[in-house]
Amino acid sequence: MRLTINGKSHEVDVDPTTPLLWVIREQVGLTGTKYGCGIAQCGACTVHINGLPMRSCQVPVSAVGDSKITTIEGLASGKVLHKVQKAWIDHDVPQCGYCQSGMIMAVAALLKVKPKPTDADIDASITNICRCGTFQQVRAAIHAAAKVA
Amino acid sequence: MTTIPKFTRRSFLISSAAVGGGLALGLRLPPFGPALVRAADGSPEITVWVVVRPDNTTAIRVVRAEMGQGTITGLAQLVAEELECDWNRVVIEYPTPGESVARKRAWGEFSTGGSRGIRQSHEYVRKGGAAARMMLVQAAANEWKVPASECTASNSVITHKASKRSTTYGKVAEAAARLEQPKDVPLKDPKTWKIAGKPLKRLDTAKKVNGTMIYGSDLKLPGMLNAAIKDCPVFGGKVKSFDAAKVSGMKGVRKVVQVGDSGVAVVADTWWQAKIALDALPIVWDEGANAKVSSADIAEMLKAGLDAEQAFVGNQAGDAKGALAGVAKKIEAVYAYPFQNHACMEPMNATVRYTPERCEMWGPTQNGEAAFAAVQAASGLPADKIDVHNTMLGGGFGRRGGYADDYVTQAVLIAKQMPGTPVKMIWSREEDMAHGRYHPVMQCKLVGALDASGNLNALHMRLSGQSILAAVRPEVVQAQKGRDPLSFQGVFESGEHSFGYTVPNLMIDHAMRNTHVPPGFWRGVNINQNAVFIECFMDELADAAGQDPVEFRRKLMAKHPRNLGVLNAVADKIGWSKPAPSGVYRGVAQMKAFDSFVAAACEISVKDGNKVKVHRIVAATDPGYAVNPAQIERQVAGSFVYGLSALFFQECTVKDGRIEQTNFHQYNSMRIAQMPKVETILMPTGGTVWGGIGEPTICVAAPAVLNAFYRATGKRIRSVPLKNHGIELV
Repeated sequence: MRLTINGKSHEVDVDPTTPLLWVIREQVGLTGTKYGCGIAQCGACTVHINGLPMRSCQVPVSAVGDSKITTIEGLASGKVLHKVQKAWIDHDVPQCGYCQSGMIMAVAALLKVKPKPTDADIDASITNICRCGTFQQVRAAIHAAAKVA
Repeated sequence: MTTIPKFTRRSFLISSAAVGGGLALGLRLPPFGPALVRAADGSPEITVWVVVRPDNTTAIRVVRAEMGQGTITGLAQLVAEELECDWNRVVIEYPTPGESVARKRAWGEFSTGGSRGIRQSHEYVRKGGAAARMMLVQAAANEWKVPASECTASNSVITHKASKRSTTYGKVAEAAARLEQPKDVPLKDPKTWKIAGKPLKRLDTAKKVNGTMIYGSDLKLPGMLNAAIKDCPVFGGKVKSFDAAKVSGMKGVRKVVQVGDSGVAVVADTWWQAKIALDALPIVWDEGANAKVSSADIAEMLKAGLDAEQAFVGNQAGDAKGALAGVAKKIEAVYAYPFQNHACMEPMNATVRYTPERCEMWGPTQNGEAAFAAVQAASGLPADKIDVHNTMLGGGFGRRGGYADDYVTQAVLIAKQMPGTPVKMIWSREEDMAHGRYHPVMQCKLVGALDASGNLNALHMRLSGQSILAAVRPEVVQAQKGRDPLSFQGVFESGEHSFGYTVPNLMIDHAMRNTHVPPGFWRGVNINQNAVFIECFMDELADAAGQDPVEFRRKLMAKHPRNLGVLNAVADKIGWSKPAPSGVYRGVAQMKAFDSFVAAACEISVKDGNKVKVHRIVAATDPGYAVNPAQIERQVAGSFVYGLSALFFQECTVKDGRIEQTNFHQYNSMRIAQMPKVETILMPTGGTVWGGIGEPTICVAAPAVLNAFYRATGKRIRSVPLKNHGIELV
């Protein structure tokens, strides 16, 4: 099976029912995408599939086909961080950080469809669990990132 | 620095390959010359806390665990403050417990719980920084043949003003490391701090935004296999049998192993393969004596304790029993608090490589030394043949402290059956929910009486429920003749968790009722339920007295000025003396815990009688000293997410001896839409005692919200979680 992840093609030999999350982590070796619940509740495994945020723990690898997958490792353009990553650093958002890859991917996808999200947009779209409770900084950083062209 | 440990080159290579160079030290003997310890890269150690590299980078050693609370940044600030080093060139190194053991515990305690990371090590880490500065300055002075007192140090540069000479820490480090460490090491007045006390950025953020931070579950070792595990779902049960043949042919499966008496693991090429094989594996459990226990049985047992004769006393004044006996009108209420799981975002995991000669563990732990002891016990190897390498923790909250027969032990027992092969064991979320070390279950009966002027004259607070220490530190309970002093957190007679009110006739006691469900330290520990009990009941008493809840409390707090200080601060900021906006209701709570004084005032509104919006929480903390105000703000706000999730959603119920909730769909956690605006008031008042930060504030949000809910609806809710009352958080 052939997968396109972060612009690179990967040949993987894996059971087709394997969740994309585990293929990304174990076959491809990109561990920035995290396992938190396995039932699409927490969002720690969020990646972009053709630009849309998806909880990869519930996507069988066989369903991915030719889609373009972006993980947290592929969000920056080379050494230039994505504006969400920059805002995250400016606002010192992460605490333990384990959920933050998924949080950042969800926010980056939101800003693509809603470049200037309102608080209500954020509330409706960002449903990731963060047990450390970084939500105040997450909200502030989203608004800051939205101000960057 | 008398004992120089010897570590195998191989062990260092494995660990540095696993976690990146910075996470492990290799220490080696110098070929000649006086005793000098070098870090892995060859740079000299000035004191055990400070290594100065030739390029003028300072490596600061930290042994407390980072789980998001910001402790590595805070501890580094304290060392750097005294060291006068260049903050922009600070990196962190993590000595291992094995290295510490070999050097007579040179780095002291590793345990990171009880909000102790900074408050119990601030003095010796600051001295480690100050002594290093003195040695570096002395080395420069020796070179220049001038008195050290004429030299100054700032930003990793030493200057002798009179002769207009200057040099860097990096240039004199070799000479400084050979000097005798000074015995008399004065510390700065915190009022003069320039690095500590400032809201500096965390040191660990960059890797957390691009996916490169390595958590335990991300480890990759050469030749590593993966394991998934199931322990008997009924606590205290055992494995009867399992049919390995049914899954041994599945793709990737290498071995099916029993783990101790009660666990079965599948070892496979990948974790996903291990997990699906484990799900398919037929296992027969011997569920043992607890196979029929339910939450109702446990509640019944606790209820009996509310009126039991025997109880351990935690706080006493006057004659509460006598005073209450003679009163016609008593105010009485019974409260209850459930079992709760920590639900760290990163499920429990550990990676172990075992050979008969050496056993090493890599993974997340809040207590490196406890993990070291667990590895030692499970491997059967002596202390000089084992080690533990901590990784970044994906949350801790007390779950990754040192508990018997926990995940570290399991991982060693698996690896012992695969000698020479590193095995990474990860729990599924379902396993994590089934095998927590749960917030203890507790009920509480409160009886109070007012005098003729409406002042609180007598109070009996009877706790009935589980003791954490009886399960995990039985020696402490034994030394107290059966009493668990920690069960009185926030209402105790003295110490770091002392009661913040003076009541003429007072009895606070605990009927210990332990269950088969293993308890653990859950962020805040026993202040969570004790604050709900006492701070809601204070409002009930004020209501009975026809008094304002803040005024009613103030009259009991004359001898507790710091409790009063934080209460007044939140009352002022929320505008307690003025009416709330239309449809908005307020509540307050205060407590002392972990030697910090905390209070919260909240504003909520309630729609349709059950949909609660928490608009705003004002939170005051007096921790004595504040090392990083920005991180403190984040800890306070974050503690409310953890605490309010518990208040509204979280309960682990027991059926047939096991926990019923399996994942976040039955054990919810707050989302950003439900986050109130948190305004933190940081008001350190100094003194000789430093208070904690990670835990204290968590306990005041729940009672403040419950008190506001009563004012909004007239309904007094006395048991957690609120979902059981049909109440939602919106």
